[in-house]
Amino acid sequence: MGELLINTTGSHVPMLPYLLVSLIMFFAGIYGFFTRKNLILMLISVELILNAVDINFAVFNRYLFPEQMEGLFYALFVIAIAACETAVAIAIIINVYRKFGNTEVDNIQKMKE
Amino acid sequence: MTTIIFYILALVIAVFSVLAVTSKKVIRSATFLLFVLLATAGLFLMLNYHYLFAVQVTVYAGGIMILFIMAIFLTHKPGDEFSTKMSWKVRSSVLLAVGGLLLTGYIIVKNVTRVYNYVQSGEMKMQEIGTAMMGTEKYQYLLPFEVISLLLLACIIGAILIARKETSAGETDSDSDK
Repeated sequence: MGELLINTTGSHVPMLPYLLVSLIMFFAGIYGFFTRKNLILMLISVELILNAVDINFAVFNRYLFPEQMEGLFYALFVIAIAACETAVAIAIIINVYRKFGNTEVDNIQKMKE
Repeated sequence: MTTIIFYILALVIAVFSVLAVTSKKVIRSATFLLFVLLATAGLFLMLNYHYLFAVQVTVYAGGIMILFIMAIFLTHKPGDEFSTKMSWKVRSSVLLAVGGLLLTGYIIVKNVTRVYNYVQSGEMKMQEIGTAMMGTEKYQYLLPFEVISLLLLACIIGAILIARKETSAGETDSDSDK
């Protein structure tokens, strides 16, 4: 922690603050995923988790292996897969809304008729 | 100067990601998520990943947020408020999240401080990214790229198929079978 405080005056940010920021984002997503009842809000929490993972990929790539770009490409593919996942999930949510009238998980007792 | 910008972005991310999972109104939650995504794009810019910055802004803050906002407008009345789950569940979730945060934070702080070294290599050339994405050699990514394109196609078809109205679905399905 001491190094963190000393380095606030330097020109480059060390690796630790980036990881702590993504850590906060990740556990905010975990908390939201467990407490929310609405399907769209649960999906927002999942997006927070995926975004935290993206930051970690980019930071580890930049600080530990700066001449390679595996982390960059993994972050790119994670973003693409998150886009796919969101599109399908929102289609399912709209379908659920059409069938049940709301998007609360507690009210959905049976999925097939 | 870099450090000041970083801490502003970090503060924005920390505050708005907590607000996004605790706010009562769903559209506010989506707006806070948008702020978090834009601040993350700023972090990518600070790491000199300009391509990742552009992708984050266009795909996440552009595309996915539009999807979210359209879905919210389709399924909610404006000004709807949401209660969270029962209080014991909220309490155990808080306990779980804070406990996990402290444990992982302890592990990170204990282990990571020694290994950082920022190598100043400047902006990554767009040409390098292009050849790495389109090549078939080692450390090049043509195959995952094509797999992602197939996945996107499957998702488009799947999303249309799922979200379609089902009133005349039985007839059209039996017609196409014949």
